Amino acid sequence: MEIERHEYDVVVIGAGGAGLRAAIEARQQGKRTAIVCKSLFGKAHTVMAEGGAAAAMGNVNSDDNWMVHFRDTMRGGKFLNNWRMAELHAKEAPDRVWELEAWGALFDRTKDGKISQRNFGGHEYPRLAHVGDRTGLEMIRTLQQRVVALQQEDEKLHGDPEAYIKVFQECTITRLLKTGDKAAGGAGRAGGVISGAFGYWRENGKLILFDAPAVVLATGGIGKSYVVTSNSWEYTGDGHALALLAGAKLINMEFIQFHPTGMVWPPSVRGILVTESVRGDGGVLRNSEGRRFMFDYIPDVFKDKYATTEEEADRWYTDQANNRRPPELLPRDEVARAINAEVKAGRGSPQGGVYLDVSTRLPAAEIVRRLPSMHHQFKELADVDITAEPMQVGPTCHYIMGGVEVDADTGAASVPGLFAAGEVSGGMHGSNRLGGNSLSDLLVFGRRAGAGASAYVDGLKARPVVSEESVTAARAEALAPLERSGENPYEVHQELQRTMNDLVGIIRKAEEITEALESVGKLRERAKGVGAPGGRIYNPGWHLALDLRNMLLVSECVARAALLREESRGGHTRDDFPGMSPEWRRKLLVCGASPDGSEVTVEERTQPAMRDDLIRLFDRAELKKYITEEELADFDALVKE
Amino acid sequence: MGYKAKFRVWRGEGGEGRLEDFTVEVNEGEVVLDIIHRLQATQAPDLAVRWNCKAGKCGSCSMEINGKPRLGCMTRMSTFAEDETITVTPMRTFPVIKDLVTDVSFNYAKAREIPSFTPPADVQPGEYRMQQIDVERSQEFRKCIECFMCNNVCHVIRDHEENKPAFAGPRFLMRIAELDMHPYDVADRKDAAQEEHGLGFCNITKCCTEVCPEHIKITDNALIPMKERVVDRKYDPLVWLGDKIFRRSRTTKN
Repeated sequence: MEIERHEYDVVVIGAGGAGLRAAIEARQQGKRTAIVCKSLFGKAHTVMAEGGAAAAMGNVNSDDNWMVHFRDTMRGGKFLNNWRMAELHAKEAPDRVWELEAWGALFDRTKDGKISQRNFGGHEYPRLAHVGDRTGLEMIRTLQQRVVALQQEDEKLHGDPEAYIKVFQECTITRLLKTGDKAAGGAGRAGGVISGAFGYWRENGKLILFDAPAVVLATGGIGKSYVVTSNSWEYTGDGHALALLAGAKLINMEFIQFHPTGMVWPPSVRGILVTESVRGDGGVLRNSEGRRFMFDYIPDVFKDKYATTEEEADRWYTDQANNRRPPELLPRDEVARAINAEVKAGRGSPQGGVYLDVSTRLPAAEIVRRLPSMHHQFKELADVDITAEPMQVGPTCHYIMGGVEVDADTGAASVPGLFAAGEVSGGMHGSNRLGGNSLSDLLVFGRRAGAGASAYVDGLKARPVVSEESVTAARAEALAPLERSGENPYEVHQELQRTMNDLVGIIRKAEEITEALESVGKLRERAKGVGAPGGRIYNPGWHLALDLRNMLLVSECVARAALLREESRGGHTRDDFPGMSPEWRRKLLVCGASPDGSEVTVEERTQPAMRDDLIRLFDRAELKKYITEEELADFDALVKE
Repeated sequence: MGYKAKFRVWRGEGGEGRLEDFTVEVNEGEVVLDIIHRLQATQAPDLAVRWNCKAGKCGSCSMEINGKPRLGCMTRMSTFAEDETITVTPMRTFPVIKDLVTDVSFNYAKAREIPSFTPPADVQPGEYRMQQIDVERSQEFRKCIECFMCNNVCHVIRDHEENKPAFAGPRFLMRIAELDMHPYDVADRKDAAQEEHGLGFCNITKCCTEVCPEHIKITDNALIPMKERVVDRKYDPLVWLGDKIFRRSRTTKN
């Protein structure tokens, strides 16, 4: 069968916030750019983001600036973050948000006509640019419309709207292709360079090949390896797996964010997100005894930043200068663990969550104005009127902090020609991401990866040529499930989801993770035999059979790293190692895989020390809670200078 | 609870197909999309359906349920009687690719025909100042999740293929209104709305508003005001002049 073939400078895989921003950048830098996405254009998971994009514009509180944002981000990530990424993010987020406005986005406004900013967990000042509780949709639509605007420009200039930027929608990439480095005029680096990407059209099952020297991964996360998740079907860890199979490394894979507030009822919507804005705008968490239990869960490292009485917490909403924040706005990992503990202690709601109440906190009209889609979602899906009664909520697998190890400034992975941005990349958020830092991350590092890929293409002496062997192998791999009459892939998928949910979930222990690894091993064997009856045209069974490879590979990375890290930090909580260890803070766990994916390795690597001017932004008293004696001595010496 | 429901689902590809009968388990709190997924997992692994967020936010799972355009993820099974046969078919206005999946490229082609947001050349990013009340009108239209059910239900094109080239459909006429009401958009959109995008075809039957899962008042708030602006423009030179002056004064203040 013929394989459709296209030549591009930059291929962006994924059309969420990071992918679109990367593609826009590459096209603006004159590169012929393809956007390849599994869903229709404009449906990416970014539309689900509700709260907002964190950017220290200082529109609501003029004390805010990039340094405060940087500190909040590092604290939220428990100091495991790649500090250079956290720095770039905090510095550049305002420009990226303003740029969206110039492309037509309509954010909510302050009284003096600027972009309004709302409070969110872990952010010291009101910082999230937002549109009600549908900020992600606004962002996707704006970026989508920016792509269309560029296409209209190209039509005027070149007579073809798709001359420089084209969307390949409902198209799945199954392999990145590599070529020996020397053949591409390189210095002969081991392992080769990116030369293209291979995949299939979901719509008709035809195969497609991109010849391209640069690929930007922007595929989002891995939530579909878990039963209870806020993530859509697309979140099968494709980019994580593609990077591994191409020889790149993943870091921080043990850190998974369980968002504290997912819907718990009805069962069919279990896991769907309830935005943190509910708490940012005054909503409180209560257990079955009516107690605002978050006051019982303020960890030592945050003791002086959070209110200890309900009175102080309530005053904070109107007077932030003289009161500390309510503990409902602790970082997400803290709140998720607290809810988990309350439910385990028998103080949960009838359907196994806790109560999130905004109905007694704000007038009904104000709730509908500020949280329209939450109001709509509960009314339509659960028959609950959030202006009149509390919601029931519980933790849901929401975001993976881990991902492709990249250079902070360019988004470049260790494989030449490979770039990554957004959720699929690792480092920016450390061990736990703050709400609102995702949308801004997508914009800041999407742009940087697009620019990084463009610069890489400019620097090439010759374009690497795709080898026929790699195409033959990719073709055979993609078609294999159709040629087998084995087990139904849905069964393997469901078992994987249960395994990860039960054994490598929010609270972990060695025996359970070991059990999960055994079970994932068996599932990988079974996955080799799954078959997909039916033809090639829009055949979801076939698509799932191919996605399984990715989910299994990524799940193994998560479990292996989780077993090795013997401490609790952010999105990784070990029941058998409950404390946070300064020694472990200096270590990153780096996952790699053999080219056929059969072996996953995990290595320890030392985290580079924070740059002097950045570490000086923190107080000694705070650093002491996170870093080793040795690091503290270095800090003291630095301050003395 | 849990019961067995009778489903009739359209199956087919390449212009041919038929309704296929299924009996399938239904549990408390489920929506139609859950049942379609159960069919995939247990009886018809190659049954094609689009979906993403499962929370009414992405607009992927548009289908016709008992003849009405609905999002599968927002249609609760409890709204049907247990002995009722539920018929699920693809959107009628767009060509079927397979089963419940249709070729919606018409919509993407129309999106590209609408000139993009055009801000004044002298306003830099970060300098935009707008009042909440002035952005709210366009914000209502930007709630659109592009499920394309308004275009699907619109009688101008639902059974009139011949009108498709000249008609953008409610979704994209609303987009023109959205841009026209954007406080910083300086493009002139009124003549084109009428002459190029087919605003005149709309005879305000409000079918689009009725099916909108975001409850956007497409007809009342976007299409009718847009029609009024076109009429004003056509017949009242003073309004046109005033509009020009008003725009200029607004874009120079900072």
